[in-house]
Amino acid sequence: MTASDAAARGGGRDPSLAPSPWSRAIALALVAYVIYASAQMELSWDRFLVGLDNAQRFFGRLFPPNFERAELLWKGLKESLEIAVLASTLGILLALPVGLFAARNLMPPWVTWPARLVIVLARSFHPVIVAILFVKAVGFGALAGILALTVASIGFIGKLLTEAIEEISDKQVEAIRATGAPFTSVLAFGVVPQVFGRFIGFATYQLDSNLRNSTMVGIVGAGGIGGTLFAAFQRFDYDFVCAILIAIIALIMAGEILATAVRAIFIDNATLRDLFRRGALRRVRHAEDD
Amino acid sequence: MLTLKQLNKSYVPGKPVLVDIDLAIEARGITAIIGASGTGKSTLIRCVNRLVDPTSGQILFDGVDLARLSGRALRHARRHIGMVFQEYNLVERLSVMENLLCGRLGFVSPWRAWRRSFPSDDVRQAHELLEVVGLAGFARQRADALSGGQRQRVGIARAVMQKPKLLLADEPTSSLDPKTSVEIMELLAGVGRERGIPVLVNMHDVDLAKRFADRVVGMAGGRIVFDGPPDGLDDAELTRIYGGQGWLQ
Repeated sequence: MTASDAAARGGGRDPSLAPSPWSRAIALALVAYVIYASAQMELSWDRFLVGLDNAQRFFGRLFPPNFERAELLWKGLKESLEIAVLASTLGILLALPVGLFAARNLMPPWVTWPARLVIVLARSFHPVIVAILFVKAVGFGALAGILALTVASIGFIGKLLTEAIEEISDKQVEAIRATGAPFTSVLAFGVVPQVFGRFIGFATYQLDSNLRNSTMVGIVGAGGIGGTLFAAFQRFDYDFVCAILIAIIALIMAGEILATAVRAIFIDNATLRDLFRRGALRRVRHAEDD
Repeated sequence: MLTLKQLNKSYVPGKPVLVDIDLAIEARGITAIIGASGTGKSTLIRCVNRLVDPTSGQILFDGVDLARLSGRALRHARRHIGMVFQEYNLVERLSVMENLLCGRLGFVSPWRAWRRSFPSDDVRQAHELLEVVGLAGFARQRADALSGGQRQRVGIARAVMQKPKLLLADEPTSSLDPKTSVEIMELLAGVGRERGIPVLVNMHDVDLAKRFADRVVGMAGGRIVFDGPPDGLDDAELTRIYGGQGWLQ
């Protein structure tokens, strides 16, 4: 009896369908490592129960949130918002030339390589690590936070802008070049219209992400609500911590709504009135898929 | 007007696409370049405005050798050569009006171009041209909302906006249906005749070439194998240009 006969009767698996011995070995190795790692970490059911008990007390003390120190809260939020907006503006402005210079379809190699190096460097570290570096370099406070998030923005926007420019249609650019237009006019009419929609998309995304990160750089002393949050944690003011967390959620949600509105206006040519109509958001997502 | 002397082009060394092309274009009329796909028609026409750089030879345009130009001098020469493309090559996300004004970019400073502040003469000319090509009222439409025939009309208008001394058209009707193709060729011939601009057009459709061209240049294997009035295109000449005979029946 051949193997395929056995498969036809449901009595076995055809050898052509059997998993390769390598994939089986890799799966086994992964399971073994997970067991080994949890043993190393001394993760046990008892440890889990102790954690649950602790969590119950912690969450109990979080509520009700305490908004008594609203002034301190508001000051931190305002500073976070300022850090996010300034870092986004500065970062996007600086990312425009960097992203353009890194595009290999428009620039010679001796221009793209340095620009690509800048982007790679700006993207190598998490914003918190960059924030620690800047705190050490320029001292505690919002300036360090702004600089750290600016670096992050240059890396992110620069990379995506480069990719967007490298994917544009050469034909449209060729037609503009054929009219004898100078390079900067070719950019204005041949390149910018092709990347503008996507640029607005990732610029608003970056603002959103900077808003989130601006609430965190304060933990390492780089300004914003994060510093307030960290201090409240250390003083065990858990009800104030809860108030801060709620405020951060509100800030992020407001930022997201704003970003969606900006995208709708720039990408979809929506009017303000359209935004309050149902279905507006769905149309925006359609436009981004283009 | 335009004289090509001993023009050679090979993208890969040892595999020439154009071989010793000698061609002189007079100051008016339509010259059609016909030939099978891959015989270098497109390369030839793109060499004229240096979208493709020739390997050797001269491109004399108004007495200047374009093959030797670069940078600003090349851009200034390109301003006087309008080009129409097979796939229209409009900037999809710009309006029809902006696409037309692209034709003026060589004459307007980049600063004004970025701010969309074009001389009012240019804007007026653009509106007039839109009427000429039958697209009056389309100025604010985005180019990606147009049909193929409409796009090519915009493409022609953009080229004419340059007030060119020479019009190049690279397979301008190959992406269009037969009826629209004829309309586009009529438009191209019309603007060439009325404005006294010589038109150098590439096509593979022999009937269209016979119908519209004042002169036909046949290419095969990167060389010019026929050059004369469309009446001279008999079956023997067509066989020389396209090879084989089965398709003639």
